[in-house]
Amino acid sequence: MFGKGASSSKSMEIIGSEKKISVLIVDDDPIIRKIHSALLSKFTKEIQEVKNGKEAVDLCRSGASFDIIFIDKEMPIMNGLEATKELRAMGVNSTIVGVTSCDLSSERNDFIAAGQNQCYEKPLTIEKIKSLLSELNKNN
Amino acid sequence: MEVGQMQRRLIEYTKSLFMEGILDDQFLQLQQLQDESNPDFVVEVVSLFFQDAEKLLNDITRALDQQSVDFPKVDAHVHQLKGSSASVGAQRVKNGCIAFRNFCEEQNVDGSLRCLQQIKQEYYHVKNKLEALFRLEQQIVAAGGSVPMMELSF
Repeated sequence: MFGKGASSSKSMEIIGSEKKISVLIVDDDPIIRKIHSALLSKFTKEIQEVKNGKEAVDLCRSGASFDIIFIDKEMPIMNGLEATKELRAMGVNSTIVGVTSCDLSSERNDFIAAGQNQCYEKPLTIEKIKSLLSELNKNN
Repeated sequence: MEVGQMQRRLIEYTKSLFMEGILDDQFLQLQQLQDESNPDFVVEVVSLFFQDAEKLLNDITRALDQQSVDFPKVDAHVHQLKGSSASVGAQRVKNGCIAFRNFCEEQNVDGSLRCLQQIKQEYYHVKNKLEALFRLEQQIVAAGGSVPMMELSF
């Protein structure tokens, strides 16, 4: 589980030195997909994108697996909370990170209860990804 | 105008957009993500924002024009516009959306219409500014210069 404290600022070290991480971006907003994909491409080349929770569930059910799944909250067809519960019910043990544009304090609990590891405010930034990766490194 | 002069002008112009609160740090984040493998990244993202914002502003205008306004629907559009504007760092549009959502909650038609006018103004303002910024960048490149990188703090 993630600690609540501030993460190490020496996280640059982990870039390139670790095994390649694979990530899945789940968001209905093409602007966010484009930004998050460019952002994550600074850290890994193994990036896939889907447009809603159902596509994420289908992709994982078909055998794909990811180190980290970044998942939006509000999406058509299947939202982030439903998708997270479904993925956990299927036994997916990826790190699932909620990315929301809503007020974090009121929603973090819902996210964590649904089985997510961490929750960030949209849009992600280089600093947020570095802090997340360094947390992941510490825990593995 | 010579290249050095245009480059200085671009830096001054970009700074002024931050000073006036038209753009925030998120725009610098986008500039940082642009590199040789992704040379038109900022223009592409901002173009997506323009398309999305104009569609949403039309949707909101239409929804507020109804006899009986469907406020949850208006609020959903405003929420989306808030997300899009936050993604590109269009700070004044984003702040306008935050104020707008309070009027949606109160189901206040007059307040909502005022907010809509205000975010339309802010949107066209930031659009003009960004287009001018991109033109200046293109002129520098056309004259054989490179676009100066902005510092994260100034």
